[in-house]
Amino acid sequence: MKTENNRAWFLVLPVFALVAFSAIVPLMTVVNYSVQDIFGPDDRVFVGAEWYREILQDDRLQQGLLRQFVFSFAILLIEIPLGIAVALAMPRRGRLASLTLVVLALPLLIPWNVVGTIWQIFGRADIGLGGVLVTALGVDYNYAANPFDAWATVLVMDVWHWTSLVALLCFSGLKAIPDAYYQAAKIDGASAWAVFRFVQLPKLKNVLLIAVLLRFMDSFMIYSEPFVLTGGGPGNSTTFLSQTLARLAVGQFDLGPAAAFSLIYFLIILLFCWLFYTTMMQLGRGSQQ
Amino acid sequence: MKPRHLLLVVYVVFLMLPLYWLLNMSFKTNEEILGAFTLFPHEFTLDNYRVIFTDASWYMGYVNSIIYVTLNTLISLSVALPAAYAFSRYTFVGDKHLFFWLLTNRMAPPAVFLLPFFQLYSSIGLFDTHIAVALAHCLFNVPLSVWILEGFMSGVPKEIDETAFVDGYGFTRFFLTIFLPMIRSGIGVTAFFCFMFSWVELLLARTLTSVNAKPIAAVMTRTVSASGMDWGVLAAAGVLTIVPGALVIWFVRNHIAKGFALGRV
Repeated sequence: MKTENNRAWFLVLPVFALVAFSAIVPLMTVVNYSVQDIFGPDDRVFVGAEWYREILQDDRLQQGLLRQFVFSFAILLIEIPLGIAVALAMPRRGRLASLTLVVLALPLLIPWNVVGTIWQIFGRADIGLGGVLVTALGVDYNYAANPFDAWATVLVMDVWHWTSLVALLCFSGLKAIPDAYYQAAKIDGASAWAVFRFVQLPKLKNVLLIAVLLRFMDSFMIYSEPFVLTGGGPGNSTTFLSQTLARLAVGQFDLGPAAAFSLIYFLIILLFCWLFYTTMMQLGRGSQQ
Repeated sequence: MKPRHLLLVVYVVFLMLPLYWLLNMSFKTNEEILGAFTLFPHEFTLDNYRVIFTDASWYMGYVNSIIYVTLNTLISLSVALPAAYAFSRYTFVGDKHLFFWLLTNRMAPPAVFLLPFFQLYSSIGLFDTHIAVALAHCLFNVPLSVWILEGFMSGVPKEIDETAFVDGYGFTRFFLTIFLPMIRSGIGVTAFFCFMFSWVELLLARTLTSVNAKPIAAVMTRTVSASGMDWGVLAAAGVLTIVPGALVIWFVRNHIAKGFALGRV
């Protein structure tokens, strides 16, 4: 097993220094903002926990938070099963496998605001292929005017953008399963479902943990794509949490409340990541016994 | 055809449709884009691409992005490799806390952190340089690299290290000549992820640059806000943002298929 060796810190030190440089100073600055009322560069008053109290009672935060939770859980419920299904259907080897990998990776490589731009055009009912197709099916579709359509478009856009990440990670997990496992299952006469449930799924535990955590974090902080696509509208129907925060910080320049807001936001993400992490580890341990 | 293959085909078509539409628009004139719905360009034109390749404020955006993404990938890999080795081979004081702390740096919502970032990098005179963006992107790429590489390194049996040390290899020589070649697929996969997350990030890159290091994604937002949208040029610019990434993944595709298979990732 692993040896105990505190000199290993020397190997970790560069990472620590580099990340601490970009992490600790800005974090401390934000903590500093969050307990002060700032009027100008040299004119500030210590206000203690006032911003935190104000923010926790703010309607915009509560609505944004609710919308954010609905969105992130919808994303996980769609993308994780779909990603697993796509990974199971992918060819395992040969030229076709490489080609599928490249095609699946394409949406991941597009800058996030460009993703918004692509869907902004694609979804338009007059000049966009997607909008025209949906309208041809007899649906009165307009993502700029109808809140339901806007939500559906943002969801479909995120599925388009990120399911590939889940699929690629699961594909890597599936490739790591030795053939012997499948042969053993075949001898036992296992059904396709049993193979999936008892051979493939347990082996996917680690990659699924990475996929769930990454998708949760990134979807919980989604900003550029819906901002470009709908601008948070119609009304406030697709104004997610990070956009509420950006309006507060950049639009109104209320640094104190915005800083308190972002620290609460950060803690919520941290809490959920920790919950996912521990539950999935527990589940994994249960299925191994 | 089996149902699962049908699913894959449907999914790939779903992926390609918006991309096809972008490509299609990039070859059209603005009149055609806004005037009529056409499945393929009737008046095929390369003018949109000509605008981008002849205007320095456009094509320098791509150059800037490529420079800082490359710098970031190199920095992330060179610090993450030894650290991942330490995490995969040794226990030391605070190792678990450090690992989790590294990961938490991916979880900070950017909107409010932008101003402190701007102040920090201005105060050390790095504002509007490529290295500033590269360093800032390390915040989320280094933890991810350590996480992925640690998985690959744990897959290499520890006996290999011990044999090498018994044979009289020093740590540096062993690490560079024996260990790294064994996990090169893992390094390829990690480099791909670093490239990807740095290439697509907009908020930090836009905040830390103004002219000299302005990334292409930020150049594109300027066009969106200009009076009267130039859809054709925008579509052409969008197509060109996909090209570098597509090239990278084409070159590492075999590593990815193989590399993903070896690691715990």
